[in-house]
Amino acid sequence: MKEYDIIIIGGGVVGCMTARFLSQYQLDILLIEKEADIGSATSSANSAVMHAGYDALPGTLKAKTNAISSPLWDQISRELGFDFSRCGDYVVAVSDEQLETLQKLKQQGIDNGIKEISLITAKQMREHEPMISENVTGALYVPSGGILDTFAVTVAAAENAVMNGVDLLLETPFLDFTMDGKKIVGVHTPKGDFKGRWVINAAGLYADEVMHKANVQPEFYIRPRRGEYVILDKVDYNLSRQTVLFPTPTDKGKGILVASTLHGNTLIGPNSNFVETKNDKTFTKEGFDEIWEGALKLIPNLNRRHIIASFSGLRAHGNAPCLTPGVDYISDFIIEIAEGVEGLINLAGIESPGLTSSPGIALMVIDLLKEAGESLTPKANWNPIRPARPVFRHLSTVERKALVDKDPHYGRVICRCETVTEGEILAEIHAPIPATTYDAIKRRTWTGTGRCQGGFDMPRVVKILSDELNLPPEKITKKGSDSPFLYRRTKDLEKVES
Amino acid sequence: MKKNFDVIIIGSGPGGLAAAINAKKHGAADVLIIERDLELGGILLQCIHNGFGVEIFNKDMPGPSYAQHFIEESLGLGVQIMLDTMVLDITADLKVTAISKHTGLIDLQARAIVLAMGCRERTRSQILLPGTRPAGVYTAGTAQRWVNIEGYMPGKRFVILGSGDIGMIMARRLMLEGAKVERVLEIMPYLTGLTRNYVQCLMDYDITLQKSRTVKNILGVNRVEGIETVAVDEKWNHIKGSEEIIPCDTLLLSVGLIPENELSKKVCVALDPITGGPIVDDRFMTSVPGIFAAGNVVHVYDLVDWVTEAGFVAGRGAALYAQRSAEEKVSKIPLKAGEAIRYVVPQFINPDSLRTETIRLQMRVSTPIEERVRLTVEDDQNNVLAKKAEPYARPGEIITMEVKQDAFDAVQKAAFLKVNVSKR
Repeated sequence: MKEYDIIIIGGGVVGCMTARFLSQYQLDILLIEKEADIGSATSSANSAVMHAGYDALPGTLKAKTNAISSPLWDQISRELGFDFSRCGDYVVAVSDEQLETLQKLKQQGIDNGIKEISLITAKQMREHEPMISENVTGALYVPSGGILDTFAVTVAAAENAVMNGVDLLLETPFLDFTMDGKKIVGVHTPKGDFKGRWVINAAGLYADEVMHKANVQPEFYIRPRRGEYVILDKVDYNLSRQTVLFPTPTDKGKGILVASTLHGNTLIGPNSNFVETKNDKTFTKEGFDEIWEGALKLIPNLNRRHIIASFSGLRAHGNAPCLTPGVDYISDFIIEIAEGVEGLINLAGIESPGLTSSPGIALMVIDLLKEAGESLTPKANWNPIRPARPVFRHLSTVERKALVDKDPHYGRVICRCETVTEGEILAEIHAPIPATTYDAIKRRTWTGTGRCQGGFDMPRVVKILSDELNLPPEKITKKGSDSPFLYRRTKDLEKVES
Repeated sequence: MKKNFDVIIIGSGPGGLAAAINAKKHGAADVLIIERDLELGGILLQCIHNGFGVEIFNKDMPGPSYAQHFIEESLGLGVQIMLDTMVLDITADLKVTAISKHTGLIDLQARAIVLAMGCRERTRSQILLPGTRPAGVYTAGTAQRWVNIEGYMPGKRFVILGSGDIGMIMARRLMLEGAKVERVLEIMPYLTGLTRNYVQCLMDYDITLQKSRTVKNILGVNRVEGIETVAVDEKWNHIKGSEEIIPCDTLLLSVGLIPENELSKKVCVALDPITGGPIVDDRFMTSVPGIFAAGNVVHVYDLVDWVTEAGFVAGRGAALYAQRSAEEKVSKIPLKAGEAIRYVVPQFINPDSLRTETIRLQMRVSTPIEERVRLTVEDDQNNVLAKKAEPYARPGEIITMEVKQDAFDAVQKAAFLKVNVSKR
């Protein structure tokens, strides 16, 4: 049986980005993910903001990884072929008191190494976004902030890792470690045991449970903190320019933002409420009221008739203290070689700015491995480039014509609202990491995300998946086992329940 | 391939087919229908229940048969078709950009365009339905496609939200296929679909309809496991203590239809915020000269027969526009909805139309009036130009009125016309 050098638990953005960066070395790597697709949990439902790095307290790992990562995204997005826009962000004050907070935030940004960060007047803010609340008193403007496509980042990183030899197993939950005394020698899963010299715990919401299996950090806990969001129809509503608008932060957190998405929509959210279970992604009426009220404080002309989607995500909020002397902060990231066992690296409590920080976290993992004596010999044939696949709606007329002439499947529109073609869907089903569920197709191609929310495309996508995967339609799922769309054929009397 | 057409029609549902037929009958030589699906007929093809054709044919037909009549007539008249083709863009100078597997990306030129894209269903997010996002939450129309076209059952135990017609029709259809329909919920204190559908689809199958009740929570992580329902007051506030959890695996939504006007928006056709469809005149021309609109793309009709009739009007208008020699100068009179009238279509009328024919108006009231009502069309001086009595008026049922030719003089002089409703 193959012995891996490294087994990564968790195919979220942290696990996938770590796999991608480690794939440049002569290492045998296995990435295991419990869901039917990578990036299905926290990485699929967040603000998709590339944080400039002024939020986190100086000295924390949150601040450190954010500072390392923020400058890297231009290069990473080019290499991995996903969209990224450094559109800048604003923290908006609507009272004189809040202006004082912005002063402090500006200083914190400077301390964290941000070079361009400035306070602007209410008038300047209004020039940037004329629809801003008339109560605006000023804003903090940071041109290096930006927006990402959280789905695309995770998929592209994982795909590049797989292209460079990383093995990926989906629907493979971690159950336990296999140990040799104090030494971790592998992991136990329903798909069998896998041997590995190192295990990297990137299990997101479950990272505490994973480390507890090795009797590591029993005092560390993750409490899921839910954030709820709505999306507005891009045909009906747009901010004046692509941007991110934060309110002035409070003790409760960064607050409800109003931001552009790279898909052209407007995103509103999140609130921040603890929930009991790690899969409680309920969207609530109260939550909606909370985020809507918050958003109206920034942009008063929002209309709830323009809402086309609502969702919620869970943050992996941990209770780890910051280890930097003199920094009094709880709920920092954990990025460490675990003590008390051999062969475990913990990447835990990764909440915001986790998406932004993921490349920096990966680089820190490389350093940790080197410190632990791993030689990490570069691969001669490592390819950092993951070519982007055609996105029909982004192409010019000439490009569209050429694409359809080359492959007629790009001439068949499956998702009418977002203009996603059959060619794009087929490309994902046959990608290095095949998309095998409706949600995987949705996140990768943007099918079903528009104003009809899949009403038109869903039966068509199920049919395409069924044809391509050579499975009966009843076996096609929304997001893996236990989520079928269909139960039986009509007139199938044997299966009718009495 | 041919690139120039007198009339290009986008969509081959009942509105598009009727428009094509009447465009041909009124002299348009080259008429093209562009349809995104594999066959002509639109949503009628999945409407295998009966109830179609009573007004036009005096005959009760299933949807596909009704469609077939018009498909054959249009093909017989030489209407050209492009199937499996999506229109990506239209312009004010009447260019149509479309794409298909077979043709690639193509640009066509029309002399008139008829928008006949129909409508789409309101989704769970648009009504801000709380809960998780498991498999098993579908619009009624999506479920209807699965059952009637694809031949698959999307659930075993259903709760249906909304007493719209598709929801009730699907309730019956699912029962006939051996599924259980646990409940139909309606947030309004009244039925929103047609009474005949309530009788034939729910009462006859012992399916319980609960009014003033909605979904409080969707339960289940991977697949729907249950629906928590709650009673609401007249302002839709949840009434504490009235919650009930119904175990089920599927929630169907029949919570309204929205005219499908993304293409119309691209070409800056003016839309009515109430109907969600283009503002049209009595010939169903939109605010963009040469672009007409037919059927549910304008406002959501109760009966397919009326969609067909609207399509005839739009198709004739488009054909005549395509053949006109010079720009005709028309003054249009605004038609407004009075108090308690939710909307009226058309929003403008050409007085000239009254020289040759009566003008049909269709409207909905804002709230139910369960007693005898009188409807009037008045001018700006409150002169009554048309009137009609009805035994009751309900938002779920369109009211049709006619302005007769003898009103020509008064209409021509009017600054605007207004439709009013009053209790008798």
